[in-house]
Amino acid sequence: MNRLELSSLYQLTVTRFKLTLREPEAIFWIFVFPILLALGLGIAFRNRPADVLPVGATTPQLVQALAADKGLRATEMDEAAGGRALATGNILLLAIGSGNSVVYRYDDTNPDARTARMIADRDIQIAAGRHDPVEAGNQLMHETGSRYIDFLVPGLLGMNLMGSAMWGLGFSIVDARAKKLLKRMVASPMPRWQYLAAYLLSRLIMLAIEVVVLLGFAWVVFGVPFRGRLVELLLICVLSSLTFSALGLLVASRARTIEAVSGLMNVVMMPMWIMSGVFFSPSRFPAFLQPFVQALPLTAAISAIRGNMLQGIPLGHMMAPLAILLVWCAVPFVVSLRIFRWR
Amino acid sequence: MVERVRDRVDADPDGALGNTGNAAVRIRGLHKAFGDVRAVDGIDLEVGAGECFGLLGPNGAGKTTTIEICEGLTTPDAGSVELLGRNWQQDANELRQLIGIQLQETQFPEKLTVEEVLRLFRSFYRRGMTLDEAIALAQLEEKRRARVGGLSGGQKQRVAMATALVGDPELLFLDEPTTGLDPQARRHVWDLVERLKQAGRTIILTTHYMEEAERLCDRVAIMDHGHVIALGTPKELIAMVGGEDIVEFAVGLKATADASTTLAAKNAVNSAQDDSSGREQGVVNVEMLKAIPGVQSHRVDEALHQLSVSELHTAVPQIFAALEEQGLHLSEFRTHSATLEDVFVRLTGRNLRDE
Repeated sequence: MNRLELSSLYQLTVTRFKLTLREPEAIFWIFVFPILLALGLGIAFRNRPADVLPVGATTPQLVQALAADKGLRATEMDEAAGGRALATGNILLLAIGSGNSVVYRYDDTNPDARTARMIADRDIQIAAGRHDPVEAGNQLMHETGSRYIDFLVPGLLGMNLMGSAMWGLGFSIVDARAKKLLKRMVASPMPRWQYLAAYLLSRLIMLAIEVVVLLGFAWVVFGVPFRGRLVELLLICVLSSLTFSALGLLVASRARTIEAVSGLMNVVMMPMWIMSGVFFSPSRFPAFLQPFVQALPLTAAISAIRGNMLQGIPLGHMMAPLAILLVWCAVPFVVSLRIFRWR
Repeated sequence: MVERVRDRVDADPDGALGNTGNAAVRIRGLHKAFGDVRAVDGIDLEVGAGECFGLLGPNGAGKTTTIEICEGLTTPDAGSVELLGRNWQQDANELRQLIGIQLQETQFPEKLTVEEVLRLFRSFYRRGMTLDEAIALAQLEEKRRARVGGLSGGQKQRVAMATALVGDPELLFLDEPTTGLDPQARRHVWDLVERLKQAGRTIILTTHYMEEAERLCDRVAIMDHGHVIALGTPKELIAMVGGEDIVEFAVGLKATADASTTLAAKNAVNSAQDDSSGREQGVVNVEMLKAIPGVQSHRVDEALHQLSVSELHTAVPQIFAALEEQGLHLSEFRTHSATLEDVFVRLTGRNLRDE
């Protein structure tokens, strides 16, 4: 055996890492699940090109006026055929022309039909010679960084950092305690701090893989932007992961059974899943809840990740969330070391 | 009753203790209570270097608490433990390097291989065996690349023993090393312990199997309710019973009408009163039995009479004759060599595995 093999910290870390990799469920939740979620939500909320609205008209003049608009697809049909097309949803609106007047037949409870009514009327009026008193122009925005998927990926990353750190530590520590392995370990000359440090080290190895896999996927498939410095993004991820590891350690420091620790985990994580802005902005919660919401570690982690990725804010300007993370890292760590049950 | 027996033990010649100058383990006045339960209630023991010492007793006797105090896992309320001339207050780190430990019920991670578990534990020790040596000693060569989860109970126990051995310890603590194993796996573990004994290691083991203590241990302390109630070599302890053999019998009434008239009512033990075993009732004149040369003592448990006997070949015919004379016929009769189980029964009035 070489010297590295004889190092207990190295052996503990490698063992922890191997055990994680040999747990198929863990691999699914850490690597596959966030990608599936990103893919599913990315597809569901993708930005589609503006819809072309199908309309019908009874005279060639009207069809000509409407066909000039890219937002409409106009078809000529008589009133009877148009009535059937309306009833089956093939067209949203039928323009019935007679002499110098036009009547629009449509369902005013259907927003698309109301839009078609406005566009069609504007086109027909302009074709008839109307002049708008105010000159109007358009600037179109289809920029990356403002889509839902861009908002979602940092949220998923934060949620993943929390889940894998807390489950990873909490479950395996309580499992080792329930199986009396923890007791056996402390009866050996193993330094106790190394046992806990090995969890953090193997967590950091997993973290690197996790972050690269999820962000790489989001970058390749959705072109999610990275506007801040990558080094700083990595630092935020490391700090977040250590914070959630400390929380996991705290949750696992006394529990004797897997059932007990699962319950505690859910109590700790549930409010953050809901309120910390994984799927929607935490500012939607009422003002009296905001101090609580903002003080949650996941809120801080996600807002720092979003600040870096979407807005390119340097670390120096995100002291508030970083300070919240540091407090959530230090306090639970110190407390759990004091109350940790080794047997 | 226990107190009475303790007097006997204390009166035991000091020769039963190990060679006190060269003790690997020295326990003095050890006390430990968990709430109201006095798990260890004043224990003094010495174990000599190279000795295999057994703590024998039923569940709850205080064996595990005693051994875990020795292992530095539990702090005693009072008393001292000295291992290899060191103590846990000052030399904890050094002691952990010097002792090997196998605990009850340790479950190693199922998804690690045998080799990986041992490599991990080896890394905790400054010096020790190579992996190959530890694997060979525990006879796990064929399983070294197998995952722990796929091993049998006996193999898992040998992995636990191997983790206790990788540091090449001078002093080895084995807490119920064969509990829950089938007979073959148990014999396998015994072979391993015997090899360790021959290699000159000091071993302290707990067990509630008397045959295990008899076979493996140079000396045995019998524990009950937190006390050591007997201490000595297995041979010495068995001699305490007063006879080398145990005769067990149960009696029923003779079917003949005149049988009842021959019953000796005085000094009789009515064995039917709390007869939960379904044995037929019969009243035995105990004094007649005790008068037989070679019969040392008598007790009755659920209508089963037990005599400890020193001259089996002459005593048994006289026992038959005495029962015949009392008009009783035997419904059960057997004899066996006295064991540590009989010692325990004699000392406490209970069976080892009653609890």
